[in-house]
Amino acid sequence: MFNNKSQYRKKIFIIMTIVLVVTFYVTIRLAYLMIFCSEEYSAAAQDLHEREREIKAPRGEILDRNGEVIATNKTVCTISVVHSQITDAEQVINVLSTELGMDTGVVRKSVEKVSVREKVKSNVDKEIGDKIRNYNLDGVKVDEDFKRYYPYDSMASKVLGFTGADNQGIIGLEVQYEQYLKGTNGKILTMTDAKGIELDGMAENRKESVPGNNLYTSLDVNIQKYAEQAASKVLEAKQANYVSIIVMNPQNGEIFAMVNVPEFNLNTPFELNYTPDSEVSGEEFQKLLNKMWRNQCINDTYEPGSTFKIVTATAGLEEGVVTKESTFSCPGFRIVEDRRIRCHKVGGHGSENFVQGIMNSCNPVFMDVGLRIGPERFFYYMNKLGLMSKTGVDLPGEAGTIIHKLENVGTVELATMSFGQSFQITPLQLLTAASAVVNGGNLVTPHFGVAVEDNSGNLLETFEYPVTAGVVSSETSENMKFMLEKVVSEGGGKNAIIEEYAIGGKTATSQKLPRSAHKYISSFIGFAPADDPQIIAICIIDEPEGIYYGGTIAAPVIRELYENILPYLQIKKD
Amino acid sequence: MGQRAGKRNMHQGGVYFDYSLLFIVIFMLCFGLVMLYSASYYESAMEYGDSGYYLKKQLLSTVLGFGVMIVVIRLNYEWFNKPALALLAFIGSVLLILMVLSPLGIERNGARRWINLGMSVQPSEVAKLGLIIFMAFFINRNSRRLKKAKVFFTGLAYTIIIAGLVAVVTSNLSSAIVIAGIGAIMLFVSCPRIIYFVEIAGMGVAAVIVAIIAEPYRLERFNVWLNPQAYPNDGGYQTMQSLYALGSGGLFGKGLGKGIQKLGYIPEAQNDMIFTVICEELGLIGGIAVILLFIFLIWRFMIVANNARDLFGSMLVVGVMAHIALQVVMNIAVVTNAMPNTGVTLPFVSYGGSSTLCLLAEIGLVLSVSKRIRFE
Repeated sequence: MFNNKSQYRKKIFIIMTIVLVVTFYVTIRLAYLMIFCSEEYSAAAQDLHEREREIKAPRGEILDRNGEVIATNKTVCTISVVHSQITDAEQVINVLSTELGMDTGVVRKSVEKVSVREKVKSNVDKEIGDKIRNYNLDGVKVDEDFKRYYPYDSMASKVLGFTGADNQGIIGLEVQYEQYLKGTNGKILTMTDAKGIELDGMAENRKESVPGNNLYTSLDVNIQKYAEQAASKVLEAKQANYVSIIVMNPQNGEIFAMVNVPEFNLNTPFELNYTPDSEVSGEEFQKLLNKMWRNQCINDTYEPGSTFKIVTATAGLEEGVVTKESTFSCPGFRIVEDRRIRCHKVGGHGSENFVQGIMNSCNPVFMDVGLRIGPERFFYYMNKLGLMSKTGVDLPGEAGTIIHKLENVGTVELATMSFGQSFQITPLQLLTAASAVVNGGNLVTPHFGVAVEDNSGNLLETFEYPVTAGVVSSETSENMKFMLEKVVSEGGGKNAIIEEYAIGGKTATSQKLPRSAHKYISSFIGFAPADDPQIIAICIIDEPEGIYYGGTIAAPVIRELYENILPYLQIKKD
Repeated sequence: MGQRAGKRNMHQGGVYFDYSLLFIVIFMLCFGLVMLYSASYYESAMEYGDSGYYLKKQLLSTVLGFGVMIVVIRLNYEWFNKPALALLAFIGSVLLILMVLSPLGIERNGARRWINLGMSVQPSEVAKLGLIIFMAFFINRNSRRLKKAKVFFTGLAYTIIIAGLVAVVTSNLSSAIVIAGIGAIMLFVSCPRIIYFVEIAGMGVAAVIVAIIAEPYRLERFNVWLNPQAYPNDGGYQTMQSLYALGSGGLFGKGLGKGIQKLGYIPEAQNDMIFTVICEELGLIGGIAVILLFIFLIWRFMIVANNARDLFGSMLVVGVMAHIALQVVMNIAVVTNAMPNTGVTLPFVSYGGSSTLCLLAEIGLVLSVSKRIRFE
């Protein structure tokens, strides 16, 4: 019944042979792939399996001149849930909503979402994070992270600046010293499954992070606070736009304080420090933020007005076109070409010498001096005193001088420039020029950064700043100190008089453009002690309401400040 | 060339039973369960919260399948050689396949390939068994007339009906190829006229050309095959993952359970791609060992087929041999990218209840045939 058996056997053998041949071929191929391609494919596989996770480096701290920490890091926690690991969803929802003070519905949404890892809340205080961790809930992850933290909230906000989401500096010193502060992030290489979930018990490659370096600044928290107090007080009293104060060491350019009130809270830099009149959104909101972040002392220019007479006087004395004893007469105006340029005293100051002229802040006196100097020499002295270039302060976005081209400066222009109009500079430029005038003629570079040390306190670098010596002769410097002391003790700066201290200074009241708006900037520059200045300060009040004379409203601000900080700085009494 | 069955396999009185085949199968099943657990524990823990989810289901079908195998061995394969049973095997397979279209059909991962009969059943797997029984009957009955074209092509037509239904109704091309292959090999062994197979080959080539002309996207599969890196979204991804697994296995592998590619990189590693898990964890040595085991298994099939008492028995074993050989070769060829990606499972190792049950029933048939071998 089973015929042709050998024929079937032959065919079955053919099938077997084919199977053997094909299997042999795939086995050879398998061996080729697993031995000769092993290196290439296992490297590709390794690359696929490893995920790199950054270890954030803590950012370096910023300290004031006394080692007081003004920018540091706070450990914050990010709470997230891993859906597949949650065993008791209800308890997780309960605990998280109670501890985080969140709506149960919102937490439920995160918990019930089928995802690899769902962030519930970030920037959670460490105490709360620890508390949640101690519940030991399955599927709840508490990750620690650093967040930049400013212990003094709004203090020196526009100077210090703040950091963004990636811990990078956004404005101020945080940007300027980014490379010193930021540190080097470390990384962990972990094995993960295809969804990116890390595998337990697998060896991980770790490269530790290097913390950023600490920056020592010239700021003094106490002086800054006094200055902010004084500025806030006048801001409120005069309903001004803003009030700026810079306090500097005129000898070396170290800035003790730089205030621009209203300041904003550095811990919430993306919230406006006021409630806008109407709902703003998107781009408009960003514009408002940018405006809020502006540092008026260096980012904005203004017409300095009468404080600039310090420069004109210095140039006149240097040029030899005027001496302290030179006499002038002020009828209340000067006719320059076809223009009648008024003095602030309508009736005129009558006959006066140069010292009286500066005490009276008499415009015709300075027009005369300016015109005697002539435009070329006038520009020469301005340039010498650093007013034609940026100061080089270690903050980003410093504004430059706005001024006529020399060839366009006619008599009228020169006359108005002599008393600080028709050009614009930054407050810091003026303060730096004034410092050179009173410190014996050294043009210093104003600055904040003093030194950098590493995380363990080893000094890495002490910053050096350029000083141009001899921009003013010592004789002129002495004369200027003498005259500016007179301005305070007997002239327009009387409101800056402090008992037992000799103060030098100059007031200004500049009318903002357009003149028809009748908006003013009141300002005062004052230094002490008058014969050997250790400290110099400028106060600028933008658009005060009511009385707007610099001598009346700005000088008292500096007086109040000095009353506090001169004893603090142990400045010698007169 | 082991045409003779060893004496040690003989019962007293010349009764034969292929113990070595049984032991290989048992070994493969145990090994399969270990590898299945290794391949699936992570993903099933992520998905079902139970790392033994697939293992338990597979264990159940293995135990059930073992019971079925014992019943079939005891039944004596000649019992199946009845017109009614052959008809049942054919009609049953067709009906099961068509049931996929009924509301009992189950769709998974976008493919409708299963039916719900209290437990989920994959008709294409049952159809393989059904076709083997039916074709063995058909060939046995028409053994003298198979030379005639009419008879030969009738047999081929039955095969193509089942294969075609699997291809069209369940859109499972790889199973259809296996089914067509089983029928073709059985006819090849039994029909003395080789010229028919030249014709079949010609028709096959023509069919491929027509298929490509009709739907040019099929050509894409060949491009993916030749250059898998360039088609990460069209199946090239799976091929690359498979190659990564092989490459990271090396000669000795990473050790049992220590593979990484199964952690979601190879989707459903416990199915078609389980051989890559074996290679990644046990290395080339492990992979070759598995291939050798299958070759030995197929060798035993050949011996049983050669010594079967009758043509029906011999054809049953040839069918089973064709089935397992085709799946093993195609599975490993896909894994090594020696052929375009088709979803063929590795017998006894890959996850699949219907497949395990039917394979064990087939082994039962083979062992039953071996039992009837007589030595004079």
